[in-house]
Amino acid sequence: MKVGIVVFPGTNCDRDTFKAFSRLPEVEVEYVWHTFTELFDYDLIVLPGGFSYGDYLRCGALARFSPVMSAVEKYILSKKGYVLGICNGFQILTEAGLLPGALSRNANNRFICEFCDIEIVNYNTPFTRMCEKRVLKLPIAHSDGNYCADASTIYELESEKRVIFRYVENPNGSMNAIAGIMDEEFRILGMMPHPERNCDGVLGNGDGRCVFESIYHELSREVSERDGLR
Amino acid sequence: MDYDDVGLKKEEYDEICRRLKRLPNDVELLLFSAMWSEHCSYKHSKVLIKRYFKANTEENAGIVWISDDIGIAFKVESHNHPSAVEPFQGAATGVGGIIRDIIAMGARPIAILDSLTFGSPKSRKTRYLLEGVVSGISSYGNSIGVPTVGGEVRFDASYENNPLVNVMAVGIVNRSTIRTSRAKGVGNSLILVGSKTGRDGIHGASFASRKLREESFEDRPSVQVGDPFTEKKLIEATLEMCSLPQVIAVQDMGAAGILSSSSEMARKGGMGVDLFLERVPLREKMTPAEIMLSESQERMLFAVEKGKEKEIFECAEKWELDVANIGMLTDTGNMRLFWEGKEVADVPLDVLVDAPSYEKEITSISRSTLSLPIVNEPVNLEEVFLKLLSDPSVSSKKWIYTQYDYMVGTSTVVPPGDADAAIMLVGDGLKGMGVTIDSNGRYCNISPREGAKAVLFEAYANLVASGCRPLGITDGLNFGDPDDDRIYHQFSETIRGIAEGCDILNIPITGGNVSFYNRYEEESILPTPVIGMVGECPDVTRTVKFAFDTEGDKVYVVGEPVRGRVNSGSMYRKCVKGEVGNVFPDVDWYKIKEVFDFMLSCMEKDIFTAVHDVSDGGLAIAVAECCIPAKMGFVWEGEQPNVNILFEEIPGRFVVSIPNSKCKMFERMAHEDEIPFEEIGSVGSTDADFEVFKLPIPMLAKIYENALEEGLDLH
Amino acid sequence: MYKADVLVNFKKGVLDPQAKAISGVLSHLGYDAITDLRVGKHFVFKVDATDRDKAYAIVEEVAKRILSNPVLETYTIELKRDDEG
Repeated sequence: MKVGIVVFPGTNCDRDTFKAFSRLPEVEVEYVWHTFTELFDYDLIVLPGGFSYGDYLRCGALARFSPVMSAVEKYILSKKGYVLGICNGFQILTEAGLLPGALSRNANNRFICEFCDIEIVNYNTPFTRMCEKRVLKLPIAHSDGNYCADASTIYELESEKRVIFRYVENPNGSMNAIAGIMDEEFRILGMMPHPERNCDGVLGNGDGRCVFESIYHELSREVSERDGLR
Repeated sequence: MDYDDVGLKKEEYDEICRRLKRLPNDVELLLFSAMWSEHCSYKHSKVLIKRYFKANTEENAGIVWISDDIGIAFKVESHNHPSAVEPFQGAATGVGGIIRDIIAMGARPIAILDSLTFGSPKSRKTRYLLEGVVSGISSYGNSIGVPTVGGEVRFDASYENNPLVNVMAVGIVNRSTIRTSRAKGVGNSLILVGSKTGRDGIHGASFASRKLREESFEDRPSVQVGDPFTEKKLIEATLEMCSLPQVIAVQDMGAAGILSSSSEMARKGGMGVDLFLERVPLREKMTPAEIMLSESQERMLFAVEKGKEKEIFECAEKWELDVANIGMLTDTGNMRLFWEGKEVADVPLDVLVDAPSYEKEITSISRSTLSLPIVNEPVNLEEVFLKLLSDPSVSSKKWIYTQYDYMVGTSTVVPPGDADAAIMLVGDGLKGMGVTIDSNGRYCNISPREGAKAVLFEAYANLVASGCRPLGITDGLNFGDPDDDRIYHQFSETIRGIAEGCDILNIPITGGNVSFYNRYEEESILPTPVIGMVGECPDVTRTVKFAFDTEGDKVYVVGEPVRGRVNSGSMYRKCVKGEVGNVFPDVDWYKIKEVFDFMLSCMEKDIFTAVHDVSDGGLAIAVAECCIPAKMGFVWEGEQPNVNILFEEIPGRFVVSIPNSKCKMFERMAHEDEIPFEEIGSVGSTDADFEVFKLPIPMLAKIYENALEEGLDLH
Repeated sequence: MYKADVLVNFKKGVLDPQAKAISGVLSHLGYDAITDLRVGKHFVFKVDATDRDKAYAIVEEVAKRILSNPVLETYTIELKRDDEG
């Protein structure tokens, strides 16, 4: 199983995300530079958190024009693997139109860094199947995490069970307290909370691990099925 | 151009001519104006610092070693004046500047701490400055991905027009990638990496001359705009470059940019330097002198082995940074500047770098040692307690630190607000470090010498309380106008106090920063040394926080028992009495060191469930702070408390909670080591019960957590 | 009633980090025709004043004191009569 972690100039959670995946057995993790145009080698592409291009103009607005993002679009169309966008990665995915909606300024107009209770709304996804708890303790760290979309999009997301995570206490004004959503195909997850920051018991309670374990098991299963077919 | 046009004194100009054996030309005169400024030359502080602070024998100043291979690089720097004018950019560029100090050593920055002091919490100016400074730190620090993990925020009317913004950065370095600014090797290249150079801050630090300002620098702001995006790229590029063997030396660019970085680099290696200024990437048209003096942010200078520059260029280009080979090292011992093929300056580096230093005769300042008569008027202890708990200097700083990303980097084991120091992982194992930054202008104003020790001991206590063994300190010395005898005396006494304190604690000073002229009209700030300290934490899973967590645990005070009155300098005297007093409490610093050692040996035996040092607000506040995080109560069981017992704040005391099963062991150890202690009560369930008053914890929590926001009307 | 448009920009010569990053992306995308990009802040509000001079004085004071920091920024003011009330 091969994971590619995209590094834009200004990305700053690349190393933390790398560490989180390195905890899993038999996973090859690589950094993918923002100029790369070929991603078909990877089973999972991660757009990590940070301040790509300084978050200038709007969060994610400049990063979405990087060459690697055209490659991500192709990757998604090919249904080759999965995409996970965390925090800034989620913002980039919405700016690129790969996930619906937008992340606007927090309702209190400030950067917020704190542990939040995150409810798992849908367990039947590649990123949540291994999660056992109902509520995860995960950090958020953003100034633009206020999820907005038009009423019909929200309705669609809710009715199609594409809202994966919800804040128990809404910290930033997000509609329906949405903290993470997926695309129609359930291949792309965008989430504001940082599961990679709570994988080690020393740094919290390890609640973030189940997100990585879920996708790991999903991919291992797919890989063994693929091998079985051969 | 005349010497006074550029802010030099007549004696200084004569000295330049004498040393050069000729008159300097205009470009050279500007070089001297910058290099001989207080900012670059430390001319008012150098003599005293040299005399009292032991020379750092370690090859790499600014580093302490946590293992054979892993060093902690740390330093504090002030950005007071820019923050007073433009709080957001002033604080942001303050963060940027100190981070570049750390990467210049080849260290990866892993933590930022800030010591912030503002005027009265009631004033609108304070609110404006605080909001600006906090969002500046937040915006810059968060963006570059270095967590802001600790700090302090204080309020006192004397800082109304002179807020203090002292930023400390901490980094981790491997012995193999460590770099210094000592440049060697004739012909080796000097490569400038980072942002383009513009006319930023040209009249800022160096020459605030009336004439020049009127002529051409009118529109030049003395505050720069920070670009955290470029800084982030510069961090990564610099660290990549430091792993290349051809990188001989690295220097960040602060005050007097290219000038001070290149001259210091060459001077330290005993070299000369030739610079070709037309090669410097510019944002706008500039003259040679302007290029030399520009303080444009986000730039670094690298000395690189001749012929091996290619990889440096490739790395810079990969990170989309401007890069230029601007000159080379020579054996002339001189700085020679060329502009489009013509030599525009040629001065010996020793003359340029070794500015004359001043030492003033220290007049001993007579001050009244008579203290005010003590009136034992009855006080409402509950009222006093609540007043102190809700004072913005004492209350929770959550409104501030939740705006900082204190978790990026996944190393923050103990975040702000949980313990007396922040604890960070330093490698792949469980080894960690503790970091803290402290000041206390009130104490230092009463006695700069003893007050400086109190600050030092407070920082030490913070690390000890978190289970860390202190390794080294860095200091940020903030004072008024050194030409004023009273201020110079404060400064000299402070230096001696820190030196004496470090001797007692047996801890090295690895570096520091001096900020003078923190005055507005006739009003100077209180003398404010800021101490940053790092310590070693052998196993982060064994750190102790200050939250009481188990009902029934016994609560003790460790350290000297209280005296007959609430001491001068205490929060009680300031907030309740409205007079701080003028007699520094009689403190046995050696005894306190024994208390510290004792506390550390208890930590090794995992005796404590919670530890908190007693500081601002005294014992009652310390106990309340232990109760609030886990919403546990407290029951007083000692002798009936009075105002002294509850609110005295002499240094060197700790509140600890101990499970019943370990109390005997603790008491035996304390007796053996002759450490004073007293059992004062036990952890309760829902109330803080001090016998003379009893208040529900949820109410205290609410007051403590909202006081800053409400007191300053923050949004 | 008057309608005010206040535009705040960094002073000439002051680094404009946002403009720098956006320009970089524009040039990567091949928009070579675009140069000298600046990023500013645009404030639009109404002013209740009896005459134009009074309105202008209010807007200028606000622009100077609150909307810009004269250390780093300049402002331009546009003032129009707003008859819609």
